[in-house]
Amino acid sequence: MDVNKVKIKALPSDDFKDNETLQAYIDELNATGTNVVVGKLDQMINWGRANSLWPLAFATSCCGIEFMAAAAAHYDLARFGMEVVRNSPRQADLMVVAGTIVHKMGPLLRRVYDQMAEPKYVVAMGACAISGGPFVNSYHVINGADKIIPVDVYIPGCPPRPESLFYGLLQLQRKVKVEKFFGNKRIVRPYNPDTLINPKTGETVKVENEFNK
Amino acid sequence: MSNIQDIILNAVPEALIEEKQKLTVTVEPKQLHPLVKALYENKDLPFDYLISLIGMDWEDKLGVIYLFSSSKDMSQEIAVITATEDRENPLLYSITDMYEAAHLNEREVYAMLGIRFINNPDMRRFLLDGDWNGYPLCKDYDADPTLNPITIANKEITDLAPRIMEDENGNLVESVANIFDEDDYIINIGPQHPSTHGVMHFRTALNGEVVKKIDVNSGYIHRGIEKMCETMTYPQILHLTDRLDYLSAGMNRHALCMCIEKAAEIEVPMRAEYIRVIMDELNRISSHLLAWAAHCNDLGATTAFVYGVREREHVLDIFDKTCGGRLIINQNVVGGVMFDIYPDFQKDVKAFIPYMREKLVEYDDFFSHNPIALNRMVNVGNMSREDAITYAVTGPAGRGSGFSCDVRIHKPYSLYEKVEFKEVIRTEGDSYARYMNRLDEIEQSLHIIEQLIDDIPEGEILAKVKPIIRLPEGQYYQSVEAGKGEFAVFIESKGDKFPYRVKFRSPSLAAVSVMPLICKDELLTDFIGIGGSMDYVIPDIDR
Repeated sequence: MDVNKVKIKALPSDDFKDNETLQAYIDELNATGTNVVVGKLDQMINWGRANSLWPLAFATSCCGIEFMAAAAAHYDLARFGMEVVRNSPRQADLMVVAGTIVHKMGPLLRRVYDQMAEPKYVVAMGACAISGGPFVNSYHVINGADKIIPVDVYIPGCPPRPESLFYGLLQLQRKVKVEKFFGNKRIVRPYNPDTLINPKTGETVKVENEFNK
Repeated sequence: MSNIQDIILNAVPEALIEEKQKLTVTVEPKQLHPLVKALYENKDLPFDYLISLIGMDWEDKLGVIYLFSSSKDMSQEIAVITATEDRENPLLYSITDMYEAAHLNEREVYAMLGIRFINNPDMRRFLLDGDWNGYPLCKDYDADPTLNPITIANKEITDLAPRIMEDENGNLVESVANIFDEDDYIINIGPQHPSTHGVMHFRTALNGEVVKKIDVNSGYIHRGIEKMCETMTYPQILHLTDRLDYLSAGMNRHALCMCIEKAAEIEVPMRAEYIRVIMDELNRISSHLLAWAAHCNDLGATTAFVYGVREREHVLDIFDKTCGGRLIINQNVVGGVMFDIYPDFQKDVKAFIPYMREKLVEYDDFFSHNPIALNRMVNVGNMSREDAITYAVTGPAGRGSGFSCDVRIHKPYSLYEKVEFKEVIRTEGDSYARYMNRLDEIEQSLHIIEQLIDDIPEGEILAKVKPIIRLPEGQYYQSVEAGKGEFAVFIESKGDKFPYRVKFRSPSLAAVSVMPLICKDELLTDFIGIGGSMDYVIPDIDR
């Protein structure tokens, strides 16, 4: 499937700066072929899901205020069917990690993520949630939410403007639109912790991943 | 001042008194408590307001700098220094019996430097987890990440508070006390809760629907900014202050800039001063508007939230056009401002003033007299003037309790001596007083802008500043009135291009520390509304 066939209402494909990543994702999903019969059903389900993504604002700092501004008057997140900000993870499809994640917050972020029902998505909003941002050298900051949970879309900025947030959320809508509901072929991205504590034994485990090899 | 020196020498004859930027008194740990008591009980000028409690590591000594001021005359300030040479088991005396504000501050010093305070009833670590290895603000802190690995394992919260008490014979007795009673029904409010205004964690013991006790647990956004500052040059630190209380970003940065300018003796051009003050006041308006909007939202009025943010966007548009930032405006730099105002700046601001006034009337019409809202604000969350002072609650919340604490009036800086405005004070001390204070302060801010906007002088916007700024050896202190209260910066320099120690006074920390007191015996539903009326920003507390 070609990336230009993935259509969302808000923005035509040509206007997206990054189409390559999504194309690679589509190719990966369709590597073993496409089912003609359930493919249509998939499209229908994805149409519904992409247009009613309910966010959970995991707002820890400044980015949370920009998220609030995006959801309120003037910017109006409701245009994309995302205005129903849930405060319970059990009712949300999409977690917006808005702000720095620190050591003390790490276990809680994971717990809130685990409480969300599938299918679930994560958007890392702002430099801190991507990599630690301005606080990358600090002793108490986790360098990116993807050390704890898998992230679907990264939105740079410190804090990102509401327009950038929308761009990221629209990218996510496209990502949702190409998914395969039947056959359960959503690709789960691995998250990349350096060291973790085994919850059962309490021992420190060194984890090897593509970043610290 | 000589009178104060007599009082000090009367209490502690060995005290070393120096006239630095502030009157500075150095005493031995044993003499600290008698000295502070004498200052506290001074009849004419009681030093009853603890501005800041700064933990220090001077390498040979571990110590604390206390900054006191008086509620009678805020311009009177005094710094008290004490230190111990024992690095293995540092012990100092607590002042929590006089200043309630010292509780959380002393716990923070323990977490950051390992200093324990004798007679503090609760010596758990604040901000950091109880099992954190090392004390980050010590100069010999080992930052090896394997010592404190990232974990996704849930941690048990223990409600046991260790303490060291001194008995009648002067012996130190270590013991452990339980924070809650055994059969208390405890619920966790936060850290991921929309009404805690960030990631605050309140452990709340309930008696039916009534709040019995609250234990404040913070640190879920502790980024170690003060430690990071020690490895950064002064211009590099500037952007970190914006991210403390991001709603008062410009004002925080103003404080740090003034602190550095004072120390390095840099004269700021007049045009820059005008731009700074106008931007500060616009920033205050946007901060109060969001506080109002969020408070109404906490009380269930989503419409009010949308209205507040709508007006706030007008201010942000002006910021956007001036310097490209919306929330975090990178406007102030050492020696002036980074960007000049744009050609239509004055026109836009002048159009905004009548628009905002009109909207303030609208707010009053549709929410301020709503009977349901009044029910949830009037006579709820009462804080007396004495409580506000001992908990060091400043800003609109402190002034709602009759504590005259506006830094712009008592310790005027920049252009605030030239402009005329009223300090908004109410004496009711309830949620409604704090709510109304914010709306009235928006009007005062508009009034200040009105006086300045037409007289912005021509000229430079940036003084000549050396590329590498080195502050002369010494201790520097500067406070400003931020959106939430008195925000202050303390810098200790050893003459290097990096500061030796930087400490930020957080107005929100005081606002949170008083929550257990003012929420006691209130309904759980009102707890949320009281939190909204105090208007704290958590990243400012955690730093």
